[in-house]
Amino acid sequence: MATQQTRLLGKLAVAPSVIVLFLWMIVPLALTIWFSLLRYNLLDPGNESFVWFLNYEYFLTDPAFFAALGNSLKLVFAVLAISIIGGTLLALLLDQAIVGRNIVRLMVIAPFFVMPTVSALVWKNMFMHPVSGLFAWLMKSVGLEPVDWFAQYPLTAVIIMVAWQWLPFATLILLTAIQSLDEEQKEAAEMDGTPPLSYFYYIVLPHLARPITVVILIETIFLLNVFAEIYVTGTGGPAGNLPYLVYFQGLLNFDVGGASAGGIVAVVLANIVAFFLIRMIGRNLEG
Amino acid sequence: MGTIVLKDVQKRFGDVTIIPNANLAIKNGEFVVFVGPSGCGKSTLLRLIAGLEDVSGGEIIIDGSDAAQLPPAKRGLSMVFQSYALYPHMSVRNNIAFGLKMAGMPKPEIEAKVAKAAQTLNLTDYLDRKPRQLSGGQRQRVAIGRAIVRQPKAFLFDEPLSNLDAALRVQMRLEIMQLHQTLGATMIYVTHDQVEAMTMADRIVVLNKGNVEQVGSPLELYNNPDSLFVAGFIGSPKMNFVSGEVAGQYQAQTIGVRPEHIALSSQSGAWEGTIALAEHLGADTFLHIDTKVGGRLTVRAAGEYDQGPGAKIWLTPEKNRIHRFDQNGRAIKNAA
Ligand SMILES: Nc1ncnc2c1ncn2[C@@H]1O[C@H](COP(=O)(O)OP(=O)(O)OP(=O)(O)O)[C@@H](O)[C@H]1O
Ligand SMILES: [Mg+2]
Repeated sequence: MATQQTRLLGKLAVAPSVIVLFLWMIVPLALTIWFSLLRYNLLDPGNESFVWFLNYEYFLTDPAFFAALGNSLKLVFAVLAISIIGGTLLALLLDQAIVGRNIVRLMVIAPFFVMPTVSALVWKNMFMHPVSGLFAWLMKSVGLEPVDWFAQYPLTAVIIMVAWQWLPFATLILLTAIQSLDEEQKEAAEMDGTPPLSYFYYIVLPHLARPITVVILIETIFLLNVFAEIYVTGTGGPAGNLPYLVYFQGLLNFDVGGASAGGIVAVVLANIVAFFLIRMIGRNLEG
Repeated sequence: MGTIVLKDVQKRFGDVTIIPNANLAIKNGEFVVFVGPSGCGKSTLLRLIAGLEDVSGGEIIIDGSDAAQLPPAKRGLSMVFQSYALYPHMSVRNNIAFGLKMAGMPKPEIEAKVAKAAQTLNLTDYLDRKPRQLSGGQRQRVAIGRAIVRQPKAFLFDEPLSNLDAALRVQMRLEIMQLHQTLGATMIYVTHDQVEAMTMADRIVVLNKGNVEQVGSPLELYNNPDSLFVAGFIGSPKMNFVSGEVAGQYQAQTIGVRPEHIALSSQSGAWEGTIALAEHLGADTFLHIDTKVGGRLTVRAAGEYDQGPGAKIWLTPEKNRIHRFDQNGRAIKNAA
């Protein structure tokens, strides 16, 4: 009796927050779905009409959609690869007793605290600018033609900026993991005469499997949403991803219906990715 | 073969000297136990032999040649760690095989060796499990299996049983002794446990602040301790020490009598006392007795002793079982 009562009381107690959270999620989602079924253009107000799935048809057959989807995927995979491989190497390095280790660690972590907009501006104007950028100066000083990053390699430029932001995150997580490797296990491997590469492959890497999956999960969620770097550097045309395309439809083409349809497509895609990720992580976290 | 000789081995961590100067010769096939109080340098000495720490001076001669500068894997020794240190993501089979694989041994040979070790240690049914699916005793056996497949010159154990419960400890102790008989290999074993030290060792090495205090067979140490330190360390419950006037009667600064070498009587005896506490273990009773001559003494009485706290009692030490020590704590030989 008492337990049933406390259970009911518990449900009542959490009900308000659950309801608020649910409304918080469902109202925008429902509105977006509703808009996505309308012909709704800001240049033609008052003439909304119900068009069923026409917006989806347009969005999904638009060549810009495939380009954006491709850019989204390329961005996610490239940044994941750079941050995990680079993060592992950096973590291994920072785990060594190098001089000034604490300062180096702080420096490595720093980019993670820089706002995406700020970092994009810094990269755009100070590093990758074809005239006044540091890279251009370096190229010129060895007698080469400077690269105009945002015109010639826009997606690569975005990948570099985003990877610079996320590398510290991966490094930090992997460094903590490496440091939690059991000391006696290291010594057992030493007694077994394990050469460094085998030690990394057979002992360290399996130990890092879980933290790597966690990094993949968290980074993927954020990398699918990258927007500021593309917007600020003006690379949305050639290197725009799905969020940028939705922005483009809604606020540059004033097509709210099409943008909403794009938003829903993005939600579905993100859920597909999440589904596979959660399965993969579930397996890894069990193991 | 597996002879290990330590010659003037020293170890310092920074300015702190942990092992001032250790000398020891271990014969092939011997079972040597290191004992000593916590922090006296037992693990450090073992790790120096293993090569997990670098010596600050001296030689570690394994099978006739100095190995002090060799990396651990080149010394031909195997170590069993207190926390087992198994590789958690590898199966039992791969854990045992790992060292051989690293040594570049061909696969069929590895499989044969793993199978043999698993059989010796009753692990055959568990070869495909992960360490976390094993009990503590089974994990310890895997750790031992990993050590034996490499056919080392000597085994090093650092408190291998201290994470096990009492019953399992007794069983694993017997298994290790059995293994020692079967393999005939040299073993060095660090422990805190009196019973392990007394029952397993061919020779016990008592360490005190990094110094080798005494080396001898368990009974030698029990019967003829060289010093107060060894006398107090070997034996459980501890030897009773009495100094002052009574010790003077024996021409010594301090005399020591073990609890099992004192006779009790309710009528007459050498020393008078009052029972303060009685611990009943079933087979024995340990009586803690307040005496005028030397404070509280411990006495072992066989079986269930019928007198309880508060009872008057007389104690008589066995004449030829009294150990005498001079003012430096060294034993005076030819006991009175
Ligand atoms: N890496 C190290 N740096 C500095 N001091 C150390 C280090 N390792 C051990 N010591 C010191 O050396 C002394 C001996 O340590 P050791 O681990 O050998 O003791 P032990 O006899 O094995 O003790 P226990 O029975 O508690 O395991 C201790 O005082 C310890 O603080
Ligand atoms: Mg120790």
